[in-house]
Amino acid sequence: MKTSELKRVDIIFDCVQCAPIEVVKKALAMHPDEIIEQIISSGLRGRGGAGFPTGLKWKLAKEEVSDQKYVICNADEGEPGTFKDREILDIVPNKVLAGMAICAYVIGAKEGFIYLRNEYNFLLKKLIPTMANFNKNMQEIGLDFTIKLFSGSGAYICGEESALFESMEGKRGEPRNKPPYPTRNGYKGKPTVINNVETLVYCNMIMRIGVEPFKQLGTKDSRGSKVFSVSGDTTKAGIYELELGIGVDEFVNEFGNGDTKAVQIGGASGFCVPRKDFANKIIGFEGIPTGGSMMIFNSSRSMYNVLKDYLEFFVEESCGQCTPCRVGTQQLLKGIEAIKHGEMPSSYLNQLMKLSETMKVASKCGLGQSVPNAFSSIVKNFKEEMIY
Amino acid sequence: MIQTENLLLELIEKHGNSRDGLLPILQEVVAKENYLSEHRMVEIAKALNISSAEVYGTASFYTYLFTKPMGKNVIRVCKTISCKMAGKQEIIKAIEKTLKIKVGETTRDKNFTFIESNCLGWCHKGPVMIINEEVYPEITPERAVEILCEMDPKHLSKF
Repeated sequence: MKTSELKRVDIIFDCVQCAPIEVVKKALAMHPDEIIEQIISSGLRGRGGAGFPTGLKWKLAKEEVSDQKYVICNADEGEPGTFKDREILDIVPNKVLAGMAICAYVIGAKEGFIYLRNEYNFLLKKLIPTMANFNKNMQEIGLDFTIKLFSGSGAYICGEESALFESMEGKRGEPRNKPPYPTRNGYKGKPTVINNVETLVYCNMIMRIGVEPFKQLGTKDSRGSKVFSVSGDTTKAGIYELELGIGVDEFVNEFGNGDTKAVQIGGASGFCVPRKDFANKIIGFEGIPTGGSMMIFNSSRSMYNVLKDYLEFFVEESCGQCTPCRVGTQQLLKGIEAIKHGEMPSSYLNQLMKLSETMKVASKCGLGQSVPNAFSSIVKNFKEEMIY
Repeated sequence: MIQTENLLLELIEKHGNSRDGLLPILQEVVAKENYLSEHRMVEIAKALNISSAEVYGTASFYTYLFTKPMGKNVIRVCKTISCKMAGKQEIIKAIEKTLKIKVGETTRDKNFTFIESNCLGWCHKGPVMIINEEVYPEITPERAVEILCEMDPKHLSKF
């Protein structure tokens, strides 16, 4: 089966020792519009999962007129199966900080924050001194920008950008209505750019290596590379930077151990791809998007248990603010349990599918809207496992 | 009581008395006192000039802001699918047997609280156990017991 090894990319972790300060200096010598143009032409899209074009986000924030603007690094990585941001912050924190500084220069922000999930507080021992040093360097090169740390308190939903702002403002992490979007009305109601950890590193690296080397990777809709967190039934669990746009079959050939039944792409809020679809699905924004989570399941695994695990996760992590999500997640879980235990007929699955579709259109934020991804892709492809 | 009032004054001094200071204040109180007592939450509400229901409502939203007394050491084992497939249940059994408590409980001497947690971000090195802020990836039941006994030798005799 194995023909050739999947091509590895080395941008994110490359040149660990290189001083990203030089890249910031290089950026300071350019006009902000020129930087925006480069990021836009690189085709970079957000690496946290949602995939919003990064250059456009910066442009929108730059165009806002405000006495105060913010840059926030979203390090509230909590999607089941994702652990790449932890590794990036641990190994190349300066690249993240430099990405934030470049963004600050472009949009005109003086203050920035890293919102770090509480589970990663062990990183602070190294990260706090690194930040202090970086802040000092910024003053030295004449950029009036200071980065502070905000520690989360344990809530998956705070990875949703507006919930994250609420949390920073001392409130429950309940998502806001959108629009207005953060680039107009973000933290404390001010224009804010909020980017994932990995996205910020790519911004920094595009400024360092240029647009072309990045753009040559990936596909038309999914430019560049991406850091993947591989776990589950594999002998190669870990972190890999790969080109976007690879086929699921290529991925399975490389990481599966010969008995892969399904791959969950994008974590609990992502999609399940069964074996029969490996050859015709690609990993990228035009195919199956992912924030990095790649979980591999072998034939011996019960997909009912996998789905139940995800639903239990959502029941706990739904913020409870809107009814479709709060009640929907609970009813989906109760529903599949009832079918499994023979308390409800298998036709009840159709009703649950309808409920999940309702959640998709009626939930307030990405959490409730994406529960149907895993639910319908697992139920459709492994119906027998749900019933028997 | 003087001592506790000092703590609050100190925290207000450090984080200010506006609403954005609430989470850092709550986090530090938990770090120092293990949990947020009712008394403490009322005090914080007064200091920030907000309703105590707001303070409780905020605190109870987050899993790291305990509103009930916890043990001195909090043990977390990840329960999400990758760790489940890597054998987290064996770790849980070993911890329960060693400490003679169930998931969600605190030892009688208040030294340990044991909880299960959603994805902790160590899926490639599961199962994972975190005690306070110390991470133990690829933990085995034997090693988990060993660590607990190192922290509190009185559990040794029970094996």
